[in-house]
Amino acid sequence: MTFTLTQSGDVSIVEVEGQLIVSNRQELKQKVLDALEKGARKVLVDFGRTSYIDSSGLGVLVSLAKKMRELGGDLRLANLNDDLQTLFELTKLDTLFQISESRERALESF
Amino acid sequence: MEAAPALAELNVRIPSDVQYIADIVDEVVRRCAAAEFPRRHLTLNVPVALTEAISNAILRGNGEELSRSVHVRARVDTVRLEVEVRDEGDGFDLDLCTADPTTADNLVREDGRGLFLMRSLMDRVERYSDGGNVVRLILHRP
Repeated sequence: MTFTLTQSGDVSIVEVEGQLIVSNRQELKQKVLDALEKGARKVLVDFGRTSYIDSSGLGVLVSLAKKMRELGGDLRLANLNDDLQTLFELTKLDTLFQISESRERALESF
Repeated sequence: MEAAPALAELNVRIPSDVQYIADIVDEVVRRCAAAEFPRRHLTLNVPVALTEAISNAILRGNGEELSRSVHVRARVDTVRLEVEVRDEGDGFDLDLCTADPTTADNLVREDGRGLFLMRSLMDRVERYSDGGNVVRLILHRP
């Protein structure tokens, strides 16, 4: 379970490796909040190496998206596998987030 | 009806600390994989629903009090997975506590998706008390 932060132009990319669940959600939240503190306003969360997400993980994404919007920024998602896509569809969170099929597409969309 | 013979069982007690969840989930998934559950059960249904059940027990049932424990019993056979997650809390009404997270108001909430996901991803979710508070998850192998 690791979160790697990289930069592509003015977009901060967080890659989630392993699970995003109740035991590590705070780590992701802090990573993104630290980036916001440093001025980031475009954040992309890349789930290409993510195994599964629980309700706490989904909740932290909702919370961060809200925070980003308050600051005039945008949080977008990319690379959801079929299982993660199902999870977002079940909870209708696919209607709340802009989700791209690849990192490249997501970067173009900002 | 007599239950099918167990292919694998797990019986473990943990302190109320969310750091223990992933290892137990991995163990149960491994047993389901050995029993040839379909891939989607192994990558979505079991890990997500079980994570929800255990984290509920730790956070809500036991209020994260380390002195309180959570007891997880899993049984896998040729027909189904059955998991019981027992905490030391007062219990809750499954139907009253399950909200629809897809309504406009709830969609933007940070919480309130756990029971919904558990019930969406398992064939049956039951709750009962036997001196402790127990949530039972059942998933049939197709």
